Amino acid sequence: MKATRKTATKPRPKKAAAAPAHTDKAAQEVQLRAVWANPSGWRYWTSVNNTQIGLWYGSTAFAFMLFAGLLALLVRAQLAVPENDLISADLYNQAYTLHGTVMMFLFAVPIFEAVAIFLLPPMLGAREMPFPRLGAFGFWSFLIGGVFVCGSIFFGAAPNSGWFMYPPLATSEQAGIGADIWLLGLSFIEVASLAAAVELIVGIMKCRAPGMRVNLMPLFAWYLLIVAGMIVFAFPPLIAGDLLFEMQRMFGWPFFDAARGGDPLLWQHLFWIFGHPEVYIIFLPAIALLAMIIPTFAGRPIIGYSWIVLAAVGTGFLSFGLWVHHMFATGLPQISLAFFSAASGAVAIPTAVQIFVFIATMLAGRVIFSTPMLFAMGVLAIFVMGGLTGVMVALVPFDWQAHDSYFIVAHLHYVLIGGMLFPVFAGLYYYYPLINGKHMSDKVGRFAFWMMFCGFNITFFPMHLAGLRGMPRRVYTYPADIGWDWLNLISTMGAVVLGIGMFAVVVDVTLHRRNKPKGEQNPWNAGTLEWLNEPEENWGVRSIPQVESRYPLWDQRNLAAEVRAGKWYLPDAKEGRRETLVTSVLDAEPEQVLRVGGTSYVTIVSAVTLGTVFVALTFKWWAISLVSGIAFVAAVLYWLWTGTGEIPEKDEKDIGHGISLPLYASGVKSTGWWAMFITMTGDGTAFASLVFGYFFFWTIHEDFTGGTAGPGVFWPMIALALFAMAWISTVGARESNRRGGVSFARMLLAGGALLCAAGCFAALAGPWTTGMDPTVHVYPAIVWILVVWAAIHGALGIIMQLYCLARSLAGRLTPDHDMELHNVALYWHFMLVTALVTCLVVGLFPRAI
Amino acid sequence: MLTAACLSLCSCNGVQSALDPAGDEARQVATLFWTMTIGGLVIWAFVVLLSLYASRWKRQLISETAAGRVILWGGVVLPVTVLTALLSYALWLMPSLRPFAGGEDAHLRIEVVASQFWWRVVYQRPGENAVVSANEVRLPVGERVEFVLSSADMIHSFWIPALGGKMDVIPGRTNRLSLSATKTGTYRGQCAEFCGTSHALMAFPVAATEPSDFDAWLKVRSSPSAGIDANLDGRALFERKDCGDCHRVDGTAAQSGKGPDLSHIGSRLSIGAGLLENDEGTLARFIAHSASLKPGSQMPAYLHLSAEELAAIATWLKGLQ
Repeated sequence: MKATRKTATKPRPKKAAAAPAHTDKAAQEVQLRAVWANPSGWRYWTSVNNTQIGLWYGSTAFAFMLFAGLLALLVRAQLAVPENDLISADLYNQAYTLHGTVMMFLFAVPIFEAVAIFLLPPMLGAREMPFPRLGAFGFWSFLIGGVFVCGSIFFGAAPNSGWFMYPPLATSEQAGIGADIWLLGLSFIEVASLAAAVELIVGIMKCRAPGMRVNLMPLFAWYLLIVAGMIVFAFPPLIAGDLLFEMQRMFGWPFFDAARGGDPLLWQHLFWIFGHPEVYIIFLPAIALLAMIIPTFAGRPIIGYSWIVLAAVGTGFLSFGLWVHHMFATGLPQISLAFFSAASGAVAIPTAVQIFVFIATMLAGRVIFSTPMLFAMGVLAIFVMGGLTGVMVALVPFDWQAHDSYFIVAHLHYVLIGGMLFPVFAGLYYYYPLINGKHMSDKVGRFAFWMMFCGFNITFFPMHLAGLRGMPRRVYTYPADIGWDWLNLISTMGAVVLGIGMFAVVVDVTLHRRNKPKGEQNPWNAGTLEWLNEPEENWGVRSIPQVESRYPLWDQRNLAAEVRAGKWYLPDAKEGRRETLVTSVLDAEPEQVLRVGGTSYVTIVSAVTLGTVFVALTFKWWAISLVSGIAFVAAVLYWLWTGTGEIPEKDEKDIGHGISLPLYASGVKSTGWWAMFITMTGDGTAFASLVFGYFFFWTIHEDFTGGTAGPGVFWPMIALALFAMAWISTVGARESNRRGGVSFARMLLAGGALLCAAGCFAALAGPWTTGMDPTVHVYPAIVWILVVWAAIHGALGIIMQLYCLARSLAGRLTPDHDMELHNVALYWHFMLVTALVTCLVVGLFPRAI
Repeated sequence: MLTAACLSLCSCNGVQSALDPAGDEARQVATLFWTMTIGGLVIWAFVVLLSLYASRWKRQLISETAAGRVILWGGVVLPVTVLTALLSYALWLMPSLRPFAGGEDAHLRIEVVASQFWWRVVYQRPGENAVVSANEVRLPVGERVEFVLSSADMIHSFWIPALGGKMDVIPGRTNRLSLSATKTGTYRGQCAEFCGTSHALMAFPVAATEPSDFDAWLKVRSSPSAGIDANLDGRALFERKDCGDCHRVDGTAAQSGKGPDLSHIGSRLSIGAGLLENDEGTLARFIAHSASLKPGSQMPAYLHLSAEELAAIATWLKGLQ
């Protein structure tokens, strides 16, 4: 990393007596290098370049993985012999909770966001992700949140109720501050994950090289698109659940308290609606790595490209219909168990398609059995075993025995280590040359593989048996002589072997090859664009090629040389700005030259202030939390004001080959519009989860109001009318501004803000005037949460309206350059739906209907 | 070979093993398990050998058309066939596994209330008085018994692997489970849902006996133990130390339902919810050291009692047969 930095900041010596064309090329390279250079000194950490962010992100996630691995060794040490007193029950419970939490939230998901941020731009032929600063913000949030959550165990304050945090245990006092750390720390990280998902989706849809139609996209990009889409729908239910949970912990709103009308099962639904897709969010990107590695070593294009894409899409869809298989033993009606059992089994079909696509590709190619391929074979052996036990536990009768036993521990580790960790290691050995042009050691790699493979099986295979012999999960000790002693001792010994294998990889990554010579550019002779990457340059691709094939480096002769010679699109940075191409969603027709944000400290400031909000809330330091909240909003506004929606000095830029593209876009064509759309889809999903909660409570009670008063019909309807008028004002402002009616548009924006403010008060007035006390019963609590949600979104709507007004007054938003107004109007469409649903539900249901 | 190894391992001492079934449900599920395991191993070996063949051993490449057929047969036809068969079997099995045991009219209804980290067990026969016990389950062989499960605090899960699968115990809800033991013997059940610090120590012995033995046992339990009037020193201490604030002993002033019922604790198969053998020494130890023996439990430690006092209480309790 250091080497990269040095060469990137130091211009290469120019060739003295070169032909004009060469001078041209050299001059372009100097420009590009200067524009994309990382800052030096401590400012290096303000870099937002995707290569740096990807590496930092990945290394941090890897470090968290090692930490969680040590916790696992601690757990195994405690369970090595029966009735062991190595660690206390409480420390054990903290250790296993943190192990699961860290592996899932701080390693498995972030590592793929890291890999994607690092790999996607070069793979798609882009210079950068569309929102590099958002990526940097995500990384810093992740780092702060992760350190906060992990650090808690050193103060004996780690969460101790399991990574699933079931109430009422996790809402009780026994859970201590650990539960708050879990909820707030992870909510913060989930927000960062969502930010990354937005960035990945927009990047994959809008920033591909010209000609890279969707059916030519590298499979990795397809998988990441699907996974990012899943994140947008899977994380919000958990965020909504976290909100309800924290309201109960902090203020006693009884969402999960059965005594006051709540239900602990609502949390289980929300958690697993997130939790099951999560498994596929982890697994699919890993398979995506194999989908890049296997064709390379088979020396041929993948067989069944459409099969595997459809299978991945199918897996994504099905994964949202399986969550109840985590709840087979909760006493739900058998008919719904049967449905979810069938769905859980069915997901094996698209998974099998993906496995057999790999086998078919190998059958039809000449396979070179390299270290990455060795890991890929390990994946097949381990993951298939996990998949088969998965089918077994999908069957309800068997699950009643296996559920919450060590059989499940074995199953989930076969799936996650086989389906995620081994592919990551395969990917590490495969893609390592992209980091600094050097290879990892084959010898160490093979040693590590065999240690890990054997260690893994020795650890986890006996657990199948331990589980069926009755050993429940999450026990810190067990009696001797009921048939678990040997199995546990074997598992612990295996864990040590697995640990040695992991350690070998760590040594391989960090310690040696300082002095090793650089290898060639495309050492595996792969076919996809990321192998054009020049590790010592920060600009991504030297020029952006026209793509005509799924494997352009195999099929398009001389492409590599032409790209490096700057013969393709956008070879310069004359205006001194960081630029990349935006293309159309399906056919990748060039549409715009996008100027992306450069080096900035505003991302760190935003992450630190937002992090402080969450940390302060954990300790109930209300004032600090409020102040940092305001600071965060200010930082974000400053970021947006200075860094986005800039009106370019000219309308168009020549990107070469006779193509001139606009430098500004608004509405559907702009990346910002898509980002808003995707963000609000996630936001809408969180809102839908709250509404789901409302109706869930209604279904489980005879009278779900518990005899308490409702918010009435009057105020909700007034609020709805006001919000609707605010929406009309906003959309009207956009239209008026576009037609040149600038002052009228400003009036409408100001009026809209006033109407919206009135709407917020009216919404809150409903439950306020009827004296609904949210701590008494779940009905007032869920009504309050809905109206507060609507009011907070109203407040955000006001900030956006006023922001547009200010931009207009400052001359930064004009009839021709009105991107912000389009995005804000889009926000308001979603806001209208939120208001409509909230007001109708709380106002009319169930009393008035 | 692997299967043979598993089989040999399974045969030893499985009081808590789903693979040594002693009940209807457990037996059928064990059969299902072995069927799936053998089938699964065959599929696993096929996929792994095929991958190794494809990547290492093959001499000749296959055509793209043939490769497409591999995807179709291996990725679609094979899993669809296997899954359809398995799912049909499981769905056919489901209703018969846990038939309705009769609800309120069940011949024997056992109400189980789970708390951190013990079980209240109440035996209910139509037209007879309820018999309250704790931390062990007894049931007659050959009879379908209805369990009515509720929780006093956290989510727990009631699981007797040798008899059948588990059922969660959730605050605010009442779950039902029906089990039928087929073999006499003593088994072990355990809480299967993480429920707090001492979740690991929330077990219980299960005794499946001949119906006549069960009836005799239940009859004895429905009236106070003769032991309440023996060892009166111990009884006096028990009362003086306010043990009755939490515990109930039938026939004495101690009538609280907060903690486990101790009316016939002397004849229990274990103490501390499957934690320790039941003798005077362990009883005394548990009274003095409950906090360290069972971290997080509600029972306060009586470290300030002298050894003699502890022994006296323990002797009296042990006499409550």
